[in-house]
Amino acid sequence: MQIIETGNTAAALGVKLARAQVIAAYPITPQTPLTEKLSEFIESGEMQAEYIPVESEHSALAICIAAASAGARSFTATSSNGLLYMHEQIQWAAGARLPLVMCVANRGVGAPWTIWNDHQDSISQRDTGWIQIYANDHQQIIDSVIKAFCLAEEVMVPVMVCYDGYILSHTHMPFDVPESEKVDAFLPPYRPPYALDPADPANLNTVTMPDGRADVRGDISLGYMEIRHLLQRDMMEAVPALNRVEERFQSVFGRGDNPYVEPYRCNDADYIAVSLGSLSYQLHDVVDALRDEGIRAGVLSVHLYRPFPDRIIAEALKGCSGVVVFEKALSYGYQGPLCSDLKSALYRHAESRPFVANYILGLGGREITTQDLYEALKASCSPEGSAGEETRWIGLRFL
Amino acid sequence: MKTTILDLPEEELLNPGNRACAGCALGIAYRVGLKALGRDTLLVVPPSCLTVLQGLFPIAATKLASLNVTFASTASAATGLLAALKVTGRTGVNVAAWAGDGGTSDIGLQALSAACERGDNFLFICYDNEGYMNTGVQRSGTTPQWAITANTPLKGKMQPNKDVPAIMAAHGIDYVAATSAAYPLDLYDKVKKALSYDGVKYIHIHTPCPPGWGFEPRYAVKVGKLAVETGLYELYEIEKSQLRHTGASLKLMEKRRLLPVKDYLRAQSRFRTMSDAEMEKIQDLVTRKWEGYFESFDEIEGGE
Repeated sequence: MQIIETGNTAAALGVKLARAQVIAAYPITPQTPLTEKLSEFIESGEMQAEYIPVESEHSALAICIAAASAGARSFTATSSNGLLYMHEQIQWAAGARLPLVMCVANRGVGAPWTIWNDHQDSISQRDTGWIQIYANDHQQIIDSVIKAFCLAEEVMVPVMVCYDGYILSHTHMPFDVPESEKVDAFLPPYRPPYALDPADPANLNTVTMPDGRADVRGDISLGYMEIRHLLQRDMMEAVPALNRVEERFQSVFGRGDNPYVEPYRCNDADYIAVSLGSLSYQLHDVVDALRDEGIRAGVLSVHLYRPFPDRIIAEALKGCSGVVVFEKALSYGYQGPLCSDLKSALYRHAESRPFVANYILGLGGREITTQDLYEALKASCSPEGSAGEETRWIGLRFL
Repeated sequence: MKTTILDLPEEELLNPGNRACAGCALGIAYRVGLKALGRDTLLVVPPSCLTVLQGLFPIAATKLASLNVTFASTASAATGLLAALKVTGRTGVNVAAWAGDGGTSDIGLQALSAACERGDNFLFICYDNEGYMNTGVQRSGTTPQWAITANTPLKGKMQPNKDVPAIMAAHGIDYVAATSAAYPLDLYDKVKKALSYDGVKYIHIHTPCPPGWGFEPRYAVKVGKLAVETGLYELYEIEKSQLRHTGASLKLMEKRRLLPVKDYLRAQSRFRTMSDAEMEKIQDLVTRKWEGYFESFDEIEGGE
């Protein structure tokens, strides 16, 4: 069914269709309308789930962690400092191998306070062992949420579905809401490999030594490092797993595309702009304008950021002479994290390495004008496109 | 309900052999507490001495299903387990959280308070060894005034301890109790009674710690009893807002005679810098408090 609604509602509908059983959340702008919608679904009886209104994001994820440990499909959502406040629990959920799904309505982080959009919140959680998917529009939000549960439960790694605060969370756009029966066929009920049970007791997440130890039968268990290696192995396995999920999704719903990257006019492009989230679609207009001027430019939108599909991205950038990365996040003291990741991918997988330029923009909701993007990308679409400072800022206005 | 040693369930839910220090009173409290909780229990354990007692992967000292969680999240994790039991249609399973005093009175208080306010149905047990013993005896919110700890090393802690059962009672929950590892049957009865109530139930267990408090391992029970017999620590329950002393503390009412607090304080090296005058001050406070108890006890007894 086609409806016109907000990105937050798209996410809430996805969670409802996925039949999440336990939801715990703490209010933070711009995530709040999503959890308000879920509360409404549950109170009205439209959705069967436990909604726990908690006193902090730390507790929100604590509840999801415990509920999933006892066998319930669990969901939370947050933004900005709320996500940062969860940081300990985010790592814990991944280490405990729980297939949680969390929506992040992306917002800048304090200090100073900002409520507006950038990607610093979720990007700063890059190394926590969560899968990260960035959606570019409302359709991708609802579809990604449903696919996220499927992927998480297949590889037993939690998934963050990230979308731009306000730009997507609060704007109304048309999108298709999948039929409930089809979602049920696509996503069967959660069958945990182990759920805490008095009849089959286990002591979960206990202190683990650097080396494996013998159990009471003399069998040697895994050490901490082996357990962590398995997380990395299964994160890497999430790359092909996502493709399987996508193929099944397409066969059930008849839509979907490349789940890793979304190329736009990249085939013959000399220069490719790369970005995460809704910014990618704004770059489409810029590329169209440059094409009209005879500049062969393209856009590569990265959907799957962790695990980083480096080979797929290097392949998508093959043949271009310059890559221009537009980022709403920064690794302070170095450069944009996506830029670093891209360079690493190209170093390993590209036969002839293009130059890589990096623009930081839109922090704390600073407006990104198409004109600014046009000028920046045009300046970079030349063999000297990466001359000057490696990391440049767009839209800075010092007096 | 008064359980005797003969009535305790024979089944041990704590395996013999664990990693607690010699003489650790938590071993007594945990063994008896688990008997009261029974097999149909899911346990939540934050980092604490209990994490160590429970053992190193892949061996566990408990036969109960238990979930180790982050320090601040004990009560919220208990709520999460309850939610999962509900949505998966499992009934007849107790959820119990078992945290130390730091995990309760300091880093865990916010989540615990929120669970009380929501009315989530689990038992929260705090074993109070009056400091961060697992990390090497640092002060906590329940460390008593004057106690020497690793970060109050010369003069002792300057501030009095938090009264955690009173904080819990202020939430208006149905059952709050204070007990001691030195009185395991009192502990057992309180756990049993707590389980008969809905909402968050809170039990505080005074838990003597030989290395942290500075006494020989064989005196753990003796030190625990001295705390009660001197009137410094009280065994009581607050049931639907009605406070009632129990066990050995109730007996003190009847006998109207407390041992001098010095007997307790001088038994532990952590109070070694306290002067006699400081001990007298504490004695005065305890004497005055108990005189009030005796008076109101006489009124109740006289009225009956």
